[in-house]
Amino acid sequence: MLTIRNLVKTFGAARSEKHKRVHAVDDLNFDVREGELFTLLGPSGCGKTTTLRCIAGLEMPDRGEIAIDGRVLFSSEKRVRIPANERGLGMVFQSYAIWPHMNVFKNVAFPLRVMPRKQRPSKRELKERVERALTVVRLDHLADRQATDLSGGQQQRLALARALVLEPPLLLLDEPLSNLDAKLREEMRFELKRLQRELGITGIYVTHDQVEALAMSNRVAVMRDGKIEQIDHPRAVYERPRSRFVADFIGTSNFIDGTVESREGGTYVVDTDAGKLRITSDKEYSVGAPVVVTARPEHIELNTSLNGVGPNVWRGRVEARAFLGEVVDHVVSVGPHELRARCNSKVSIPAPTEVTLRFHEEAFSLIPAGE
Amino acid sequence: MAAPAVARPPIIRTERLRRLASGRNAIVALVALLVAYLSLVPLGFLLWQTFVRGGHLTLASFREAYSETGLFDMTANSFAFAAGSTALAVVVGTGLAHLVVRTDVPFKPLMFAASLVPLIIPGILHTIAWFFLLSPEIGVLNLHFIHPLTGHDFNVTSIPGMILVEGLHLAPLVFLLMVASFRSMDPSLEESAVMSGAPLRSVFFRITLPLARPALYAAILIMAVRTLESFEVPAVLGLNQHIWVFTSRIWSTLNAVPPDYSTAGAYAMSLLVLTTIGVFWHGRLANRARAYQTVTGKGFRPRAIPLGKWKWPATVLILAYFVVSVVLPLAILFYASTQQFYSPPTHYTLTHLTWDNYKTVYHDPLVRHGFKNSLILGLGTATAVMLIAAVASWIVVRTRLRGRWLIDNLAFLPLTIPGLVLGVAILSIYLRTPWLPVYGTLWILFIAYLTRYIPYGMRYSSTSMFQIGRELEESAQMSGAGWFQVFRRIVLPLLMPGFVVVSVRELGSSVLLYSPGREVLSIAIWEMWRNGQFPELCALGVLMVGGLVVLVGVAYKLGARIGVREA
Repeated sequence: MLTIRNLVKTFGAARSEKHKRVHAVDDLNFDVREGELFTLLGPSGCGKTTTLRCIAGLEMPDRGEIAIDGRVLFSSEKRVRIPANERGLGMVFQSYAIWPHMNVFKNVAFPLRVMPRKQRPSKRELKERVERALTVVRLDHLADRQATDLSGGQQQRLALARALVLEPPLLLLDEPLSNLDAKLREEMRFELKRLQRELGITGIYVTHDQVEALAMSNRVAVMRDGKIEQIDHPRAVYERPRSRFVADFIGTSNFIDGTVESREGGTYVVDTDAGKLRITSDKEYSVGAPVVVTARPEHIELNTSLNGVGPNVWRGRVEARAFLGEVVDHVVSVGPHELRARCNSKVSIPAPTEVTLRFHEEAFSLIPAGE
Repeated sequence: MAAPAVARPPIIRTERLRRLASGRNAIVALVALLVAYLSLVPLGFLLWQTFVRGGHLTLASFREAYSETGLFDMTANSFAFAAGSTALAVVVGTGLAHLVVRTDVPFKPLMFAASLVPLIIPGILHTIAWFFLLSPEIGVLNLHFIHPLTGHDFNVTSIPGMILVEGLHLAPLVFLLMVASFRSMDPSLEESAVMSGAPLRSVFFRITLPLARPALYAAILIMAVRTLESFEVPAVLGLNQHIWVFTSRIWSTLNAVPPDYSTAGAYAMSLLVLTTIGVFWHGRLANRARAYQTVTGKGFRPRAIPLGKWKWPATVLILAYFVVSVVLPLAILFYASTQQFYSPPTHYTLTHLTWDNYKTVYHDPLVRHGFKNSLILGLGTATAVMLIAAVASWIVVRTRLRGRWLIDNLAFLPLTIPGLVLGVAILSIYLRTPWLPVYGTLWILFIAYLTRYIPYGMRYSSTSMFQIGRELEESAQMSGAGWFQVFRRIVLPLLMPGFVVVSVRELGSSVLLYSPGREVLSIAIWEMWRNGQFPELCALGVLMVGGLVVLVGVAYKLGARIGVREA
């Protein structure tokens, strides 16, 4: 539905490096499918917001092409640049950008009121459409309220209603939940997801919060330095990160360097300086290749009984533990490594205790050394 | 992230050409040209008139101007007057601001009422009121307090007297500036000094004041420039005693027959150089101060420091200030307006009051004209300044247009031109431009006021513009609004209350924005003063104060109503 091709956006750097330009978005390519919620995820400065603003038309890319359903919004080659106000997209801003001098109704009615005169709806239709949008976000009872008198969550819904009132083909969401407190954020996360699914909206969601990205999206694109590191379903991004950066940014990971000792189909045996690990991977590595094994701490089981050592079962010593409520984190030293193991709150082993570490198959992901 | 230079693709260039022709750019260009015209033309003209005579570059007018006798006295007077009243205003204003914002002194609302004085009592009325209060022999305070207590009269028609009156009139401006600054200061900065064991006095001088330095410098600059170019006080109190300063000298040179424009120009240039140095110096200091400025824009509710045993002296101070700055001038004006002939209040005069002066004033065509013109000019200028400043500050704050700093500086330029000097320049320009027949019409005043108030309008609107999140405009764009619609429906409505509020509350110098309307009336007052029609003058003054109270009240209401909450 949305296609992005070879998108480049640079900004002038500091004066000292006059001729260098910072690539905020560096040759980006991706597609967003009809009806899905697509998330751009990454640390601040990775170019996710710039990408979104290029799609919105608020930033002008240097090169590339942006098209929705075949309608070209921007193309450096075809010399097309449709201004933001003619693209017909909906957008929810991080600060909500609710106009403080209008009430709730007027805020939502604004997009309809500034339509070209010929298309502008009649008074009755306008009222109907605004009310429909407000009902969808459950603000219909507050239509006459001054916008500044709303709570944070209500302002968020209002911004959403305003973005939806034109029934745009694509909804752009720029960290819409980051200004809410933790409890409300969780609530709104489900609410947003429900709305998106029920209304069948195609949306692009920008966030730096991995939990949000995993919980809400159909697909996630993890960005770094203006490039996409990995596009996948949330589960795949989490369980099979394709690079050290992705594994590190999403969730917590242990990284263990090693070399491929042998392989049998998709199953590799990796030799590390703390022992051997057996891992399945859909990627190709030749014997002797240097690799990095990532292991999720919640898939490492600790046991105080010391029998049975072999592949994926190591010996170690608990060095420290931290009670985190739902789980207990243990720092376990194995050879030269310090690994993090996350156990449910029933398992709590004091330091120092010799333990057995049992790695579950799904704990692992294999990535080439040096990213 | 850094990568080798990317050649800007050709698309940008053709795009730019196409966009150049848009209506938005037409407006942007128009405003830029207008600002440049308004600020550069008077300045250029002044330079030309002063330095060029008969087609030659010459310093003759300077030689003539500075060979006048008493020149040294005039310069010394100007500096003494400016320095003294600036110092008085800054010390009083800052002290009161600190008391009100940071301590538990009572009667705080009284101080805010007093801070409105410059808004509601025009300078010339204020000066005349003080003349009635403190002139030797007939001054009420001299008769009833100072003479009985000390055996001498305090002569207000002297340099110390002029300093006192000007300082009192400007103190509220400093007060407002400093209140805004103290309020935006993180109280934890002071609290941590207290926790380090510093006594309150050191906290004030070592932490609070240095942190308020940017605002303090701004206050000092504005006060210094304003006192240098102040005309009312030197004219009312100094002329008869031949205490000359730059402005009164310019006025008398122009009032001579025939008026000597080039000598006036030479004085004007000197004044201009002084104010420019002031502005430049402020810019440097402000830059240095910004380096360690940790004041955030966030609003805090600072903890009030308990004054303890100093509470009662402070209370007396506040009450005394209120009486001196508000009650006394207004009372004497009102009293004088009810007299047949002015004489100091006695039992007899207080029992023989008359409203005749109000009737006279009401029927005076000059006054009626003044009211009408004031209203037209006030509304007209305020609207025009707001529109121009809104577009200009939008260009400066929002666009990445090359040369936008030029617009910023050009709009600031008229600030350095003293009002009287600007008047001289504009007068002479439009005397010589028959193709632009504005001379002798309201338009010439309109142009003068426009020039004069654009720097202030610009200050307020860029301050407000920074406070309006960019996203508010972008979300309107995403809703399908074009540039005009965004500007008309989002930027202007959001800027408007900011204009009112910022001008009323934040930058004390805002008085100036209200001036255009009343200056035409001020002329009427000045004429009456020269003719010795004191009681009628006071009656007009009382009416004017009443009108301004209503105006300021409306402005406050407007500002408070629309989305601009106390930070």
